Amino acid sequence: MLIDFFLHLKAAKLPVSTREFLTLLEAMQERLAGHSMDDFYFLSRACLVKDESNYDKFDRAFGAYFKGVTEIPGLDAEIPEEWLRMMMKKHLTPEEKAKLEKLGWDKLMEQFKERLKEQKERHAGGSKWIGTGGSSPYGHGGYHPEGIRIGGESAGNRTAIKVWENREYRNLDDSVELGTRNIKIALRRLRRFAREGAAEELDLDGTIRGTAQNAGWLDLKMQPERHNKVKVLLFLDIGGSMDDHIKLCEEMFSAAKTEFKHLEYFYFHNCVYDYVWRDNRRRHTERFPLHDVMHKYGDDYKLILIGDATMSPYEILQPGGSVEYMNDEAGAVWLQRLLEKYPRAVWINPEPERLWEYRHSIQIIHNIVGGRMFPLTLEGLERAMRQLNK
Amino acid sequence: MRFEGSNTYVATPDLMLAVNAAITLQRPLLIKGEPGTGKTLLAEEVANALGAPLLQWHIKSTTKAQQGLYEYDAVSRLRDSQLGGPDGERVRDIANYIVKGVLWQALEADRPTVILIDEIDKADIEFPNDLLRELDRMEFYVYETQQLIQAKHRPIVFITSNNEKELPDAFLRRCFFHYIKFPDSETMQKIVDVHFPGLKQALLKEALEVFFELREIPGLKKKPSTSELLDWLKLLLAEEIPPEALRSKDRKVAVPPLHGALLKNEQDVHLFERLVFMAKHNR
Ligand SMILES: Nc1ncnc2c1ncn2[C@@H]1O[C@H](COP(=O)(O)OP(=O)(O)O)[C@@H](O)[C@H]1O
Ligand SMILES: [Mg+2]
Repeated sequence: MLIDFFLHLKAAKLPVSTREFLTLLEAMQERLAGHSMDDFYFLSRACLVKDESNYDKFDRAFGAYFKGVTEIPGLDAEIPEEWLRMMMKKHLTPEEKAKLEKLGWDKLMEQFKERLKEQKERHAGGSKWIGTGGSSPYGHGGYHPEGIRIGGESAGNRTAIKVWENREYRNLDDSVELGTRNIKIALRRLRRFAREGAAEELDLDGTIRGTAQNAGWLDLKMQPERHNKVKVLLFLDIGGSMDDHIKLCEEMFSAAKTEFKHLEYFYFHNCVYDYVWRDNRRRHTERFPLHDVMHKYGDDYKLILIGDATMSPYEILQPGGSVEYMNDEAGAVWLQRLLEKYPRAVWINPEPERLWEYRHSIQIIHNIVGGRMFPLTLEGLERAMRQLNK
Repeated sequence: MRFEGSNTYVATPDLMLAVNAAITLQRPLLIKGEPGTGKTLLAEEVANALGAPLLQWHIKSTTKAQQGLYEYDAVSRLRDSQLGGPDGERVRDIANYIVKGVLWQALEADRPTVILIDEIDKADIEFPNDLLRELDRMEFYVYETQQLIQAKHRPIVFITSNNEKELPDAFLRRCFFHYIKFPDSETMQKIVDVHFPGLKQALLKEALEVFFELREIPGLKKKPSTSELLDWLKLLLAEEIPPEALRSKDRKVAVPPLHGALLKNEQDVHLFERLVFMAKHNR
C-alpha cells in the first residue's frame, strides 16, 4: 500500500512531503513504473528524495520495507478510510496536515480508490503484488491495506535491488566526509547579506529607472554596498592530539576564510588561557593577550572554538595546568570569560560524538560551553550554525 | 514522447526513468553529479530525441531570475531618445525595449520546447525561489506592457547543479531529482563506445583500468572525469599507442603515456609522479 510506504519513509526520518507523495501517485497513475520493482524504486526515489546525501537512508528504508515482498494473489480488500486518516494524521507535521486538508482528504482518498480499482481490473488473473511485508509497523489489524501492484510478469532484472542492498550511496551520507565545499555550504547558513554603510555604489537599475521616468534627464541614484555582515571569531586548537584532525581543520578553516569577510582567527593549545597567537611558528614571540582580543572585537562577533577538548582535566581546572607555560588562572576561568563576552558561541569538536562521554575533559568543556558542543561533521556544523543564528 | 538514450548519449535506466517522469508529468528535473557526468549534455540529447528546440540559460553569479522572463532595456531607450533621428517613433513604444528571456521564448513557442537552466547553484541563494511561481504556473506578467504571458505548451525543464549551494526546500519539492552517479566501468565502456565506435577492446580495457585506478588515488584535487578520459583516448589513438604500453610488466608502477590529459592539476601530477616513484623504489 503506497501510503504505508510513504509513512514508513517518514518514520525513517526522510524529509518527504505530502506534495511529493502526491507526485508519486500521479506518476504511478501515468504508469511510469509499470513494469518492475526496479522502476518503482527509481521512480519513488526521483519523486521523494531531493538530495543524494539521503539516497543511502532511502535505500535502507526501501530495503527494510520491501524485504518481505511476497506474492499475494488476488488481494482486494477495501481500504478502511478511517484507518488511513488516523495514520496520516499521526505521521504528518501540522504544516503538512494543513496543506493536505486544503487539498481535501476526499480527493486524496478518491485517488487511492481509483488507483486500487484500476489495479483490480488490470490484474484479475492474479500476479505479483507488493505487500507491506512483515517489517511494516502498520499492516496489522485483521485487514490488508496492501494493494498497489508494482511487480509484474516482466519484472526487470533487479538491478535496483543491487543498488539499495549494496548501499552504493553510503559515503554520501551527511555524517561522513567533509570537503571544503560542503563546509562552505554549511557555513553559508551564517551569512547575512545586508546593504550597510554610506551610499557609495551606483545603483544602476535605479538610475536607469529614474532617468527613464525622468524622460531622459539623468537621475543618479546611489546605494550602500552589499556586505556579508556576519563577523566570526575563530579559535583553533593546534596542540598535539589535534594532529589527527589536521586535514579536517584545515578544510574547515579555509572554507571559513573564504566565506566570511570579517573573520578573525587565533590559535590555542588544548584550552584557552591568558593569551593566544596567530602564527604558529612565532607562538612564543607574538602573543595576543586574550583580554586585548576580547576588547578589540565586539560582542557582535560570533565565537567558534575548534578543538578536540582532549587533555588532562588539570589543564582546564587548575591554575598552572597548561602544558605550554605557567598560567595564573585556570583555563576554565578564561573560557568562561570568553563565553560571557560572546553570547553566540559554539565549540566544534572533531572527535566523533560517540566518544565524548568517555572523555572526562570533553565532559568538562561540554558543561562549560553549556552543551553547545557539536561534532565536526556536516550535520554537526549545520546544528552549530543554527545555534549561532539563534 | 519517451526518452531512451541515443546513439550519442548513454542513459542508465534510473536516469531514463527520471527524465520520462519529468516529460510526462511536466515538472522540472533537477540533475546533480560530479563535473563531466553528462548533466549539461542531457538536455541537449533529450531535445534532440524529442525533436524539440533547446533553449539554454547558463547561470552566472550575477544572473537574476527576472532575466529568464524578460528585461527592459532602458539604456537603449535612453540612447534612442537622446539621439532622436529616424528611430524617434520607436522610442514611444516601450514594447520595443522589452527583451525576451528564455522562459518567455519557451512559453510563446508554438510547440513544446526544452529549457536548460545550467548550474543553477552559481546564482544567488534566492534565485530558485524567485522562479518558483513561474515554473509552477508557466505564466508571468509583464508590467511594462501589461501583458500576461502564458504557456501555449508547457516546456520540459532541466536544471543542473554542482552542489555549490543548497537549494530551497520549496523549490526541491516541485522537481524530480536525479543524481548521476559516476559511471561504473560497464557504463563507461558504453560511453566510450558512442564516442569511439570500433575502438580496440584491448586498448579500452587497459585504458579504463588505468583511468579508474587513477581516480582511486587518495588526495587528488581533481579526479579525472569522463571528458578527460575521452580526451586521453583521443590522444592515445592519434599517437597510436598500443595497449601494452599502458601497463608495464611489473604492474602498477608505470606512468601511463600522455597522463597529462587525465591529470590537469599540477599538484595532482606531482602527487602521482611521486607515488609512482615511491612504488618503484620500494620494491
Ligand atoms: N552518458 C554520457 N554519454 C555520452 N557522453 C557523455 C556522457 N556523460 C558524459 N559524456 C561526455 O562528457 C562530456 C562532458 O559532459 P557535460 O554534460 O559537459 O558534463 P557536466 O555538465 O555534468 O559537467 C560530454 O561532452 C560528453 O562528451
Ligand atoms: Mg555542465
